[in-house]
Amino acid sequence: MAGQSDPHLSVFSPPEVEFLAEDEMVEIIPKLSLGSLHMICGDFGPFRPNIASEVPLWLAVALKKRGKCDIRAPDWMSVDKLMQILEAERESPREFQPLPFHYIEISKLLFEHAHDNLQDIYMVRSLIEDIRDVRFHKVETGLQTISGRTHAVKLKNLSAMEVNIVRPFMIRTLQAFYKHDSPHIIQQPERSGSRRPQAPDRGPRRDLRSR
Amino acid sequence: MSGPWSEEAEEDASLLAGTTDVELIKRAWRNEKAAPEILQFEGPLVLRVREQIQLLEETVEESTENGSNDLVVSLYQMDLDRTLFLLRSYLRIRLQKIEKYMIHISKTNLWNRLSEQEKKFTKRCTEIMEKLLEQSVLARLPYGYKSFLKQSISSEEDDMVPEPQLDTFVFCKAKDAVGAFQLDDSGDEIVDLVADDLLNIGQSNLHLLRGAKGRGIVHCKHLLDYGVFVGVPGDNLNYSETSYCLN
Repeated sequence: MAGQSDPHLSVFSPPEVEFLAEDEMVEIIPKLSLGSLHMICGDFGPFRPNIASEVPLWLAVALKKRGKCDIRAPDWMSVDKLMQILEAERESPREFQPLPFHYIEISKLLFEHAHDNLQDIYMVRSLIEDIRDVRFHKVETGLQTISGRTHAVKLKNLSAMEVNIVRPFMIRTLQAFYKHDSPHIIQQPERSGSRRPQAPDRGPRRDLRSR
Repeated sequence: MSGPWSEEAEEDASLLAGTTDVELIKRAWRNEKAAPEILQFEGPLVLRVREQIQLLEETVEESTENGSNDLVVSLYQMDLDRTLFLLRSYLRIRLQKIEKYMIHISKTNLWNRLSEQEKKFTKRCTEIMEKLLEQSVLARLPYGYKSFLKQSISSEEDDMVPEPQLDTFVFCKAKDAVGAFQLDDSGDEIVDLVADDLLNIGQSNLHLLRGAKGRGIVHCKHLLDYGVFVGVPGDNLNYSETSYCLN
């Protein structure tokens, strides 16, 4: 059953991850006057020209597309901050630096729709790409450390898109290790009926832990 | 049989905590997507979201007729579309799971997690599938191999029923600090979870998380039953960016 087409192997598609990122709050500088918006997802506004206001990214992008606001780039999207992060990222091969959970999606959306509100856009863009590369490399090397003794992997500061990409690999690895590491599970019928849940299933797992 | 609406009290509590229904349906959607088995149907929540959608649809329609501010109307429309997407996707994932595991669901207590409509859907779906297999294949097989549920007459259990793989690894994201806890009986692996930490943990160890906090974060009746995981106010973990790793 657990074939390659199993939808559980990649739970979220990239557009879906982006959808989630669009709910992150950003600051905008409105260029128009507009009363409060009472939306299903919350109340925003009222908007007055030149007075900063916090809205979800999707709303900011919608207003920006119509030329009704400027988006203020988040603090972490400055050359200085990103340089620091990149450096720290390179210096600590085993750790990830704290970045917004949706940094990849947020920066992508801002590059696309608000490039005129960003300073040093080329620099910022290439820095973020470098950071992504360094982090991905760490993720890849991190995968090598997974073994049959792994019961839990802590992924501090990993971002949404990174988790999403690494998820299928992690699944396969742990799946394979688990399978080959627990000989008992082969002896008992692969899929014992629904009526024998706990006891037989528990044995092999215990073993896995104490070994 | 506990009704599908029994979580109502908990829902209300999380409402008081100031979480919007969109936030809740988003969580339900993520959890449903990440979980291999079908989770408790969020009846009252779905009802509330539908009401809000309807209300906003009426407002949008009215505003379009009076020709009020186009910009505002289009913004409301976007909000509407986003909420509609969440709701639809939530319901569809559930239908997908039902189509895949219909027999398993109707045989186990997963049945109680379905809404009335979903139960109807499951029954019809099973009937149709049974009829189809009967006519196209089973009727032509030799005696002993005609069962819809069994490989052959010698099978003791129903061994042709697809079941969700429950024995898996999960990704958890801590909503707030869980504190340090042992992952291992011998105690050489200690994990300390603070808010937003991601952890990929073996299913069999999930109960340790519960022990760490001393509250029913994870419901381990069957090691694998996370029904309680979902939508409980103040739960420390949610499936959010989570997934399962097999076995």
